[in-house]
Amino acid sequence: MKKVELVTPIAEKDIHKLRIGDTVYVTGTMVTARDAAHKRMLQFLKEGKESPVTFEGLPLFHCGPLVKKVGGKWSVLAAGPTTSMRMEPYEDEVIKNHGVRLVIGKGGMGEKTRQAMKKYGAAYAVFTGGAAVLAAKHIEEVKGVEWLDLGTPEAVWVFVVRDFGPLVIAIDSEGKSLFEQVQAKAERNKARMLEQSGFQ
Amino acid sequence: MSLEVLENAVITLLKLAVVKLPEDVKSALEKAYRAERSPIGKAQLEAILDNIKIAEETGTPMCQDTGLTSFYLEAGSRFEGLERVEGILRRAIRRATVEVPLRPNAVDPFTQENTNDNTGRQVPYMHWRIVDGDFLEITTVPNGGGSENMSALKMMSADEGTYGLKKFVIENVVEAGGLPCPPTVIGLGVGGGPNIAMDLAKLALLKPLDKPEADKTVARLERELYEAVNRTGVGPMGLGGDSTTLGVKIEYAHRHPASYPVAVAFHCWAARRATARIHSNGDVEYLTHKV
Repeated sequence: MKKVELVTPIAEKDIHKLRIGDTVYVTGTMVTARDAAHKRMLQFLKEGKESPVTFEGLPLFHCGPLVKKVGGKWSVLAAGPTTSMRMEPYEDEVIKNHGVRLVIGKGGMGEKTRQAMKKYGAAYAVFTGGAAVLAAKHIEEVKGVEWLDLGTPEAVWVFVVRDFGPLVIAIDSEGKSLFEQVQAKAERNKARMLEQSGFQ
Repeated sequence: MSLEVLENAVITLLKLAVVKLPEDVKSALEKAYRAERSPIGKAQLEAILDNIKIAEETGTPMCQDTGLTSFYLEAGSRFEGLERVEGILRRAIRRATVEVPLRPNAVDPFTQENTNDNTGRQVPYMHWRIVDGDFLEITTVPNGGGSENMSALKMMSADEGTYGLKKFVIENVVEAGGLPCPPTVIGLGVGGGPNIAMDLAKLALLKPLDKPEADKTVARLERELYEAVNRTGVGPMGLGGDSTTLGVKIEYAHRHPASYPVAVAFHCWAARRATARIHSNGDVEYLTHKV
């Protein structure tokens, strides 16, 4: 378990150095996308339309921020991660076509994403769920926003971040998953408890 | 009492709820941090405690998901203007959406359109109880969608008894993993019918964590479940560790001889809860927070 600082754009070779359990802090540009934005990205790909945002070497953050517009300028009040599993049906295609290096969210992701990360050299990191003002503290500026017609939570926000973290690597580019390991252990603990007569 | 007093009190209440955790939840999180043996789990709890502090200092909602608003109301039979309370609550939540602000979270289930003001059909949800007195007590419990999604109901076979009940809780906790943002508060509703059980699970989440249950059977079950859940090893955010729940709370009702409904409701670590008592003479007390 090591501590790593990443500056965007993130090089693929730096992703390969990360292992599950490592703690990462990101500085640079970060882009948000939730279900609706993922769906639209895939639709654009299908129709051959160019997406207004690029993820090349950038972290993709599963987040629907709480934002406020003051004097024509957006500011971020709270920006914790949302449940990543909702993006599972789309994430492999997005990683493949948009060059995402780091996906940030909470709760873990599934098999399709794990395979895509292994194949294309990406990793999945967890930001503490609900720690939304801590996240906002590390967002220095809103650089832009696209697809606002989806509503502020679902829009694609481009943030400038500094020391954004702590992020825990939960899927690495070798395809190892921290959630899978914890889950397997919890299943064993559960089975043991259900067998124990003391539990009754 | 002027209706403006009530409306302003509700806005203050909604803000308090999302900005500051009640003391019992905060000390439970601090206790979990001290006891956590997994370094990753401990780092998660540290981020949570940092986050709570920043939210308080800056007056900002601690989590961007400020929930689908529910109000639990204890209406004194002698409190005047009860017929206007619903309208005031709707107005207050609209204003709070802009003033606090709260994230707009009310979406039409068929058109997917967001009303953008946190009101809608049956939203905010209101749970009424009539009591003796000349006050109105309002409780709000903002909860993240991620933990709401882990709620579960089971119509158990009556002969499964408390073993079945414990099994149901542990299975749901393990299956939920990191999704409800552990360490969670777990509300368990036992008995009644299916709707009653889920209602009771939600009501259980209104109870403070530091008050032991008077009913000995319930108190023992809560303690056993608390320990069992924390032995699963799911840990903070599902990344592994000792702290999976901050507390298990139970409400129960008598059941039909053929049915044994059990319902579980999760509250994320940001177990937000705020109560205000508004008296007919215009005095407002905030029962969960120092103002």
